[in-house]
Amino acid sequence: MSVEQPTPKSGQGFRSLWRLRTYLKPYVGQMLVMGVAALVTVLAELAVPLVSAAVIDGPVARGETAGLWALGALAIALGIGEAAFGFVRRWVQSFCMLDMETNIRNDLYAHLQRLPVAYHDRAQTGQLVTRATSDLTTIRRFLGFGIIFLIVNVTLFVVVTVLLLRLYWPLGLVVALSAVPVIVLTVRFEREYIVASRQCQDLEGDVATVVEESAVGIRIIKALGRRRQIGGRFLREAGRLRRASLGKVRILAKFWSILDIVPQVLLGIVLLFGALAVAAGDLSLGSLVAFVALVVMLAWPIEALGWILAIGQESATAADRLYDVFDTEPAVQDLPGSVDLGDVQGRLRFEAVSFRFPGSVEDVLRDVDLTIEPGETVALVGATGSGKTALTALVPRLYDVTAGRITLDGTDIRDVTLSSLRRVVATAFEDPTLFSASVRENLALGRIDATDAEIAEAIDISQAGFVHELPWGLATRIGEQGLSLSGGQRQRLALARAVLGRPRVLVLDDPLSALDVYTEGLVEEALRRVLATTTALVVAHRPSTVLLADRVALLENGRIIAVGTHTELLDGVPAYRQILSADALPDAEAADNAADADLDEDLDSEVQVGASR
Amino acid sequence: MTTAVMPPDPSPEPKAAESEWRGVASEDAAEISVAGGVFLRERSRRLLGSLARPHKKALWTVAGAVLLQNAAGMAGPYLISVGIDDGIPQILAGDGSSTLIIVFALFMLSAVAQGLLRWFFFTRSGYVGQAMLFQLRRRVFNHLQELSLSFHEKYTSGRVISRLTSDVETIGELLDESLDELVMAVLSIVSIGVILLVLDAPLALVVLLSFPLLLVMFRWFGKNSTLSYRRTRETVALLIVQFAESLGGIRAVQAFRREPRNQEIFEEVAEDYKAANRRAWQLIAVFEPGIMLLGNLTIGAVLLYGGYRTIIGEIEVGVLVAFLLYLRRFFAPMEDLSVLYNSFQSATAALEKLSGVLEETATVPAPAQPRRLDSPQGTVHFDAVRFGYRSGAEDAVVLPRLDLTIPAGQTVALVGATGAGKSTLARLLARFYDPHEGSVTVDGVDVRDLTDADLRRAVVMVTQESFLFSGTVAENIALGKPDATRAEIEDAARAIGAHGFISALPEEFDTDVRKRGGRLSAGQRQLVSFARAFLADPAVLILDEATSSLDVPSERLVQRALRTILTDRTALIIAHRLSTVEIADRVLVMSDGQIVEDGAPADLIGGSGAFADLHQAWLHSLV
Repeated sequence: MSVEQPTPKSGQGFRSLWRLRTYLKPYVGQMLVMGVAALVTVLAELAVPLVSAAVIDGPVARGETAGLWALGALAIALGIGEAAFGFVRRWVQSFCMLDMETNIRNDLYAHLQRLPVAYHDRAQTGQLVTRATSDLTTIRRFLGFGIIFLIVNVTLFVVVTVLLLRLYWPLGLVVALSAVPVIVLTVRFEREYIVASRQCQDLEGDVATVVEESAVGIRIIKALGRRRQIGGRFLREAGRLRRASLGKVRILAKFWSILDIVPQVLLGIVLLFGALAVAAGDLSLGSLVAFVALVVMLAWPIEALGWILAIGQESATAADRLYDVFDTEPAVQDLPGSVDLGDVQGRLRFEAVSFRFPGSVEDVLRDVDLTIEPGETVALVGATGSGKTALTALVPRLYDVTAGRITLDGTDIRDVTLSSLRRVVATAFEDPTLFSASVRENLALGRIDATDAEIAEAIDISQAGFVHELPWGLATRIGEQGLSLSGGQRQRLALARAVLGRPRVLVLDDPLSALDVYTEGLVEEALRRVLATTTALVVAHRPSTVLLADRVALLENGRIIAVGTHTELLDGVPAYRQILSADALPDAEAADNAADADLDEDLDSEVQVGASR
Repeated sequence: MTTAVMPPDPSPEPKAAESEWRGVASEDAAEISVAGGVFLRERSRRLLGSLARPHKKALWTVAGAVLLQNAAGMAGPYLISVGIDDGIPQILAGDGSSTLIIVFALFMLSAVAQGLLRWFFFTRSGYVGQAMLFQLRRRVFNHLQELSLSFHEKYTSGRVISRLTSDVETIGELLDESLDELVMAVLSIVSIGVILLVLDAPLALVVLLSFPLLLVMFRWFGKNSTLSYRRTRETVALLIVQFAESLGGIRAVQAFRREPRNQEIFEEVAEDYKAANRRAWQLIAVFEPGIMLLGNLTIGAVLLYGGYRTIIGEIEVGVLVAFLLYLRRFFAPMEDLSVLYNSFQSATAALEKLSGVLEETATVPAPAQPRRLDSPQGTVHFDAVRFGYRSGAEDAVVLPRLDLTIPAGQTVALVGATGAGKSTLARLLARFYDPHEGSVTVDGVDVRDLTDADLRRAVVMVTQESFLFSGTVAENIALGKPDATRAEIEDAARAIGAHGFISALPEEFDTDVRKRGGRLSAGQRQLVSFARAFLADPAVLILDEATSSLDVPSERLVQRALRTILTDRTALIIAHRLSTVEIADRVLVMSDGQIVEDGAPADLIGGSGAFADLHQAWLHSLV
C-alpha cells in the first residue's frame, strides 16, 4: 500500500516551498504589512524596557517626578501600539493566508481531476485527502506565521545585538557570538528532522487510506465479519504513525531544550560581567538593567526559532508532497494543436490498437482492428478478462492506446480536445457510480444545459421512471450522502446518463446485467430505437444484449478473433458458441462437458476443498 | 444522527452547494441551543478526561517537571535583583565579588536544570500525547466499525475520514502544546502574583485591577469561538466528503465532463471552510491583542505608580526593577493562555464531533448475553418479521409480516420484481439490520443473540457490488478466512472457476488489484468475492445478485461449482438470471414484501403462477 516514498533531501523540500511563491505573489503587499506590523509589535515590546531604564536612570535617580509622567505616557503609548499592530497583523493574515491556502487547494483539486484514471487507480484517496487538508494547513501556518517571525526574529536579534554593542560592546560581542552554536545546531537538526517529518506525513496519509477503505468497504467487512482484520490493519498503521511521531518528538525535544538553555546561559554571563563592569565603573547601573532586559528579550526569538524551524521543515516536506501531485503530468491530455471535434458522423475505427495498463508488462489488447460504421451497433463478446472493459475505456480516452490509433470520422481521437471527444462519446460503465447530488444532476453530470425534455427521454429509454416516485422526484439527493438505490436502479440511471442528449457514439459496458427480466425487455426495446441511429459499442455477456447489435466482435486474450452477425458466429465459431450459448441449462450439460473438459479437474479439486469442511 | 443522545437541534438543510437538491440531510449544525451546547462541551470534556486518565501518573510527573523548571526559571529575576542590589555594592565597598559569583553559579545551575527538565517534559508529554491520540483513533475506529450500516449510509465515508484525520489532528495540536503552557501559565500567574504581593502590596493591587477585564475577554472569546470552530469542523468534513467522493468516481467524472461542475462545488465548500476559518481567526485577532493591551496598560500604570513610589522613597530601585521584570513574566503567560485557550476551543469542537460518533449506539447492537452457536447447521427461521428502512414510517414498510422456515441444507431461490423485498430479507438474515417486530433465527438462536464472530461464521453474504481492498488477489480472497493457507486460497479460487483468470495475471495471486480492485473487471471482482465466501465456508450462504456481472461461461462454472458447494449448506439465492434457479431445491416468489409462491422449481414452472410467467419471459430473453 505504500506509495513511492523517496527519502527527502533538505534542499528539495525548500525548493518545493520556494516554488509555492507563485501563490504568495498576489499577497506580497499584505505579507509586507504583516511583516512590518510584526516588527513594530516586537520593537514596541523592545522599547518598553528602555523606557523603564530611562525612568530608573532619570526621574527615579534624580528623585524628581517631573519626567516621570511623560515617560509613563510613552510606555502606555507603546503598549497600545504593540496591541494595535498585533491586531493588524492577525487581521490581515485572516484574509490573505486563508485565500492563499484555498487557492492552492482548489488548484490541487483541479489538477487531480485532470489526472487520468490510471493515476487514480494507484493513488490512495487517503493520501490525497491529507495533502488537501493537513499538508496545506502546515504550509499555511509556515507562510502566514512562521516565515514572518523567522524574519522578524532574525531582525530582532540583529537590532538587539547592535543596541547591546552600542550600550557596552564587550558584552554585546558575547551576545553576537551566541548565534554560532545556534546555527550549528540548526543545521544538524534540519538534516534529521526533514526525514522524520516526511515520514509522519506519509503515514498520516496511510492511516487515512485505511480509514477510507474501511468506510467504503463497510458492507463487505460486515458481511464477512472481518472487523478484527481491518481493525488490526488500522492499528498497525496508527501504531507506525505513533512511533514515527515519537521519533519526531525526540528530535524536537533535544533541539528545543538546547535552544532554551542558550539565552539563559547568555543572561548569566551578561549578569556576571555586567555587574563587574558596573563595579569597575565602565557601565551605569541603569544601562546594566537595560542590558539585562534586552537580553531577556532575546530569549523568545531564540526559543521560537526552534518552533519556527520545525514548522518550516514540516511545510517543506508538505510542499514536496504537494508537488508530487502537481508535477504529475496528466498522461491523457489535450495535445498541442488539438482541435474541437465538432459534428461527427460517428465512424469509429480501431486501427491496430494495442494497450497495456501503465506499469504492467503484458498487453491487455493486441492489434485490435475494428470499424464501426455510423449508426451501427457492435457487440463486444469475450470471456472474463479478455479485455472488453479496457477496450471500452479507450474510446472516451480514459486511457490512451499504447500502440495503433483510434479514429472518429478518420481523425485520431488524440488530435481532438478531450472535452469535445467526451461530448460526442458517452459511456455507461459496468459499475454505476452515483454522486451525492440530485437525480437530475446525476443524469446530466457534465451536460448542465440538458433540457427537461432530454432528461425525460433518457429516463424513458432506461425505464428509470422510479425516480419520479422518490420523495422529491428529480430533486431527490442520491449517492453517498443521499437515498440509497438498488443495483438495478443505479444501473438504469447510469444508462440514462449515457443516452441523455443522444450522443453520436455510445459505449455501453454490460448495461443490463442488474436488471430483472421484465425491465430488461423494456429497456432493450427502448434502447433499440436509440441504437438505430447511434454508433455503439456494447459489451455483452448475454444473448439478449447481443441481439441489440448489428454485428458482434469476439475478443479472446486481447485479440479480436471473429467478427460477424450473432447467427454467423453462433454457427461458425465454436469459441463464440461456448461463450454465448444460451443452452447453459441442464439439458445442455453434455455439450458443456465436452466444451470445457478441463473444468472437471477444477471441480475435482473443489470437491476436495468442500470435503475438508 | 440517528439514535445518539443528541440535544434538540434544528438541523437545517445544508446550504451552499447543496441547496439545489433535497433529501437525506447531513450532520447537526453549528447553531445549537444553549443547553445543547453545554451538554456537548461536557461530553467532549468527559472524552478528553477518559483519554487522559490512564496517564495520570505520567501527567503528574510531567506537571512536576514543569513546576520545577518554572521554579528554576522564577529564580532568574530574583537572582538578578540580588546581583544588582547586593553583589555590586559589595564589590564597590571592596568586599570582593563572592555574592556575584554565587549568584552567577546559581544562575547557570538553574539554566542547565531548566534545559534538562524541559527535555524531560518534551519527551514525556510527547509520549503521553501520542498515546492519547493512538487511543482516540483506535476507539473511534473500532466504534465506527461496530456501528450499523444504517449509520454509515447516512454518515458517508468522507465524514469518517475527516473525523479520523482532520479532527484527530486538531486534538493533536492541542496536546502538542497544551500541558506545559497550561501548567506554566497557571503557575506563573499564581506564583508571580504572590511574589508581587510580597514585593509590594500596593503595586500588586494595581495589577489585580486588570483581572475582571481579563475574565470578560476570555468569556467573550469562549462563547464565540465555540460556534466558529464547530462550523470549521463541519465545513472541513464537507470538503473531504466532496473531495473523496468525486475522486473516487473519477471515471464517470471524466467521461461525462463533470470536472467544471465538480470544481464549482468544491470551490464552494472550500469557500465555506475558508469563511469558517476566517471567522475564528478574526476572533483571535481581537482576543489576543486585547489580552496584550490589557497587560501593557497595566505595566504602564505600574511604571508610573512604582516610579512615583520609588521617588518618594517608599520602595527601593531593585524592587521596582524586579517588579517590572516579574510583571512581564506575569502577562506573557496570560498571552500564552489565550493562545492555548484558542487551541483548546478548536480541539473541543473536534472532540464534540468525535464524542458524537462514540455516543452513537449501534442500531444492530452486540448482544449483552450472547448465546453460542458452535457448529451451525443452518436452519433458518423468520418469525412474523416486520421491517422498513425508516423505522416508524408506515409507508416505508418493506416487509409487513414475513414467516419463513428454511431447513438446513436447502437451497432457496428468491425471485420477484425490483422492490419486492428480496434483498431486504437477505440483509435481515445477515443482520445488516434488525427487524422491527418478530425475529430471525439460525438453528433456533435469534441472530440478535449471536456474537458477531459466531454470526459471521454461520452466515455469509455475497452481494452484487464486490468491493476489493487494495492489496493482492490472495489477500482479498483470504478475507473470507484470515488464517487460510495459500493452498486453501488457491483451492477456493479453483473451486469457483477464478483460477483461470488469476493465473493469467502478471503476478498471479500476488497481483496488486489496486484501489477498489480497479485492476480487475467487474466480473473478475465478483469471482474473487465468490472465492472469498467459499473460503469462509459458512453454514448459510446468501447470494444477492452475486453473478450479475459474470459472463456466461463464468456463470456456468459458478453454477456448477455451487451445485457441489451448496449440497451441505443452506443457501438463499437472489438472481434475475433464472439459470440460478435451476440448482435450487425451492423457489420463493416475492411481491410487495410477501411470499406469493413457494414450491419446487419444476412444480412452479409447470404451474400457472407468477413464476411460470417469469420463467417464460426469461427463456425468451435467452433467445
